Amino acid sequence: MTAPLVTLDGVTKTYAGITALDGVGFSIAAGEAVCLAGENGSGKSTLIKILAGVERPDRGTIAFSGAVQGALTPRVSTDAGIKVIFQDFSLFPNLSVAENIAMTAEMGAGARLVRHGRIRDTARLTLDRIGVDIPLDAAVETLSVAHKQLVAIARALATDAKLIIMDEPTTTLTEREVRSLLAIIRLLKADGVAVLFVSHKLAEVLEVCEHVVVLRNGAKVAEGPADQFDAASLTLHMTGRAVGETPPAPLPPGAPVLLQVEALAKPGVFDDVTFALRAGEVLGVAGLLGSGRTALAKALFGLVAPEAGTIRLDGRPVPLGDPIAAAAAGIGYVPEDRLTEGLFLTQSIARNIAIGRLDAHARGGGVLDLSALWGETRDWLKRLAVKAPDPEAAVRSLSGGNQQRVVLARWMARGPRVLVLNGPSVGVDVGSKAEIHGIIADLAAQGLGVIVISDDLPELMATCHRILVMKGGRMVEDLPGGSVTTDGLAHRLAS
Amino acid sequence: MTDNSPLARLMTSPEGRLAVIAVAVFALMSVLSPDRFLSLQNMTSMAFQFPEFAILALAMTVTMLTGGIDLSVVGIANMTAIIAAMIMTRLTGAGDGTAVMLLALAASLALGMLAGLFNGLLVANLGLPPILATLGSGLIFTGIAIALTGGSAVMGLPPAMAWIGNSTILGIPTPLILFAVLAGALSLLLTRTAFGLKVQMYGANPLAARFAAIDITGMLIRVYVLSGALAAIAGMVVMSRANSAKADYGSSYLLLAVLIAVLGGVNPYGGYGRIIGVVLAVLAMQFLSSGLNMIGVSNFARELIWGALLIFVMIVNTWRPFARRT
Repeated sequence: MTAPLVTLDGVTKTYAGITALDGVGFSIAAGEAVCLAGENGSGKSTLIKILAGVERPDRGTIAFSGAVQGALTPRVSTDAGIKVIFQDFSLFPNLSVAENIAMTAEMGAGARLVRHGRIRDTARLTLDRIGVDIPLDAAVETLSVAHKQLVAIARALATDAKLIIMDEPTTTLTEREVRSLLAIIRLLKADGVAVLFVSHKLAEVLEVCEHVVVLRNGAKVAEGPADQFDAASLTLHMTGRAVGETPPAPLPPGAPVLLQVEALAKPGVFDDVTFALRAGEVLGVAGLLGSGRTALAKALFGLVAPEAGTIRLDGRPVPLGDPIAAAAAGIGYVPEDRLTEGLFLTQSIARNIAIGRLDAHARGGGVLDLSALWGETRDWLKRLAVKAPDPEAAVRSLSGGNQQRVVLARWMARGPRVLVLNGPSVGVDVGSKAEIHGIIADLAAQGLGVIVISDDLPELMATCHRILVMKGGRMVEDLPGGSVTTDGLAHRLAS
Repeated sequence: MTDNSPLARLMTSPEGRLAVIAVAVFALMSVLSPDRFLSLQNMTSMAFQFPEFAILALAMTVTMLTGGIDLSVVGIANMTAIIAAMIMTRLTGAGDGTAVMLLALAASLALGMLAGLFNGLLVANLGLPPILATLGSGLIFTGIAIALTGGSAVMGLPPAMAWIGNSTILGIPTPLILFAVLAGALSLLLTRTAFGLKVQMYGANPLAARFAAIDITGMLIRVYVLSGALAAIAGMVVMSRANSAKADYGSSYLLLAVLIAVLGGVNPYGGYGRIIGVVLAVLAMQFLSSGLNMIGVSNFARELIWGALLIFVMIVNTWRPFARRT
């Protein structure tokens, strides 16, 4: 038996304390189609970059046809026949179809002069190989998305591709275009070319795949023959299985309503969202990508301006579309993307917490009472058990779990009434995750209202008193915690 | 450079490296031209020369900390100086005109802040890129200055006006004292006040500042108002030293101010910068240009040497053996 085309073994990559990939291994054989499934932040893009030679793994090996590669560079990777088709295709919009297809192959062959005849021949032959007819002289910018994708596939084939990696190949295609793409994939496979589909929406390409690999939080959580998976089981694996955490203590009856959201709407994003959050309640919002859950979370904190509806906190209306007013009213928001939205990476740990409390510690003329400010931040570092050797060190030096605690401390120091946590444990290791869940339970016990938005269904099951299901921008279900299993919830999201 | 000697530790921060460079330049010039460079006369002359562009560099530093820039500082300096000069020439009667001067200076400071407010509104409220907003507004301010004067100098200032730029207090040149006070105050503002910390945090990550519910609009407006006020003060020093005001004074100071700020370790993308670094950069530049002048290098080679110094320091700052440890 020959060695597989590509074998990954124990590939690990971390960025600024966040584990993007954790010991991932699988292999792809010639002529095989593999699905790599995962939600946002699961490590898919990092894996593509590593295979393309753009990023270097911290640990682990990659072998091409059995030969373990040392330092992989984009050059080595393309020479081995690995071609990535990114979501935007990276084509030259102003050049013709023929030029786009043949240019890379011509340059790869060391051509210094443009030879139009040869370019057209190469392009013609390649398009014939996948049985497609696109005018060779048309400018690529005039083509439909589906045709652009075919040009990108043809370009990869013209340079002798052995493995084509397609990033989110079906998101912008219509159903008919997806079917014709699948027909072409079958042709490629018959030709001995392997295909790796990378997506969070893979149900529609499952039928041409032999093999499925599912990533979650940077780790491989499932792998097997494609016929063992369907849409619901993929969703379940991407969002996780219950790990046996206990559900939260029941809400005392008669807990007062803290936050009342009524008929909140932003056309095209979310519509007619109405719910109430009680003091001491942890409310989960479940929804797939594109369901409007993140826009809703941002709207609660004023980062997205809804066009209709009201938000009331303790019966008083909160101005819409103004984060400063929302924060002043007592709403806090822990964002989804910690590195770009949550943290000031180059600034110190202490400053990252203190930023929320600067105005509270300003005396006459805006001069800060520094000893009180730093005393308070040290106190919060201790209370949330942040493992920080030096509060003056840059916050980027912390691990993902500790970074998340810094963002939590920033908001908790302000004494909010309602905290909105978007993906509270993305990129956090298992141990820290349980501790963050403990912090959420403590917050609720202190009488805060907490809203948790997460892809991680077991996390919602473990932390929430109630779970709202969002689909297509609407709240479609309101499930009391414990009334549904993780499998049941996954089915409701995928259906 | 792997040991922990004091010098090695000094070399780990951009300010430390700059201090070493400033001292080295000073020592080199002292060796090359001991009797002229080290003379009291040269020291005093340098102390009168640099404060005017050094104050502009302070203004540049404040806006650069937010990841912005203020290209209108020289325009503001000249416009405010011309208006102050016109007030003085119209109102001065007999005597040395101290009262009129104070009125004119107050007007020029207020006008500088107003010009900064205009920049701030363009950047913070309308969201224009600072480099383009202040390029445009700088042309407007210079245009106003030319229109008011027809391009010629406003002269005939009251005698009191000479005091700011030319007198000494206890033997120390007044402009130097002014610069030291401003630099000290700005340093405290940036490190000890809520405003200063917000400026630096915003520069480090504007998006995270928005997610942390910082009043970004108010903060940015104050930054440009502060820059405008500092520019107006620089304009007063220039006016006092030249004993006149003109629309094209200090035209080489704009890029010099940018150069000094960057040389001083201020990150042009925002988020990092210390006033001590800017002060050291000013000193290094002044030592270099005065010293070269004394050893007979042509005045025309000055810009060439400033540019070379900037690029040298940038290379040292990004060079692996140093950069890794910062």
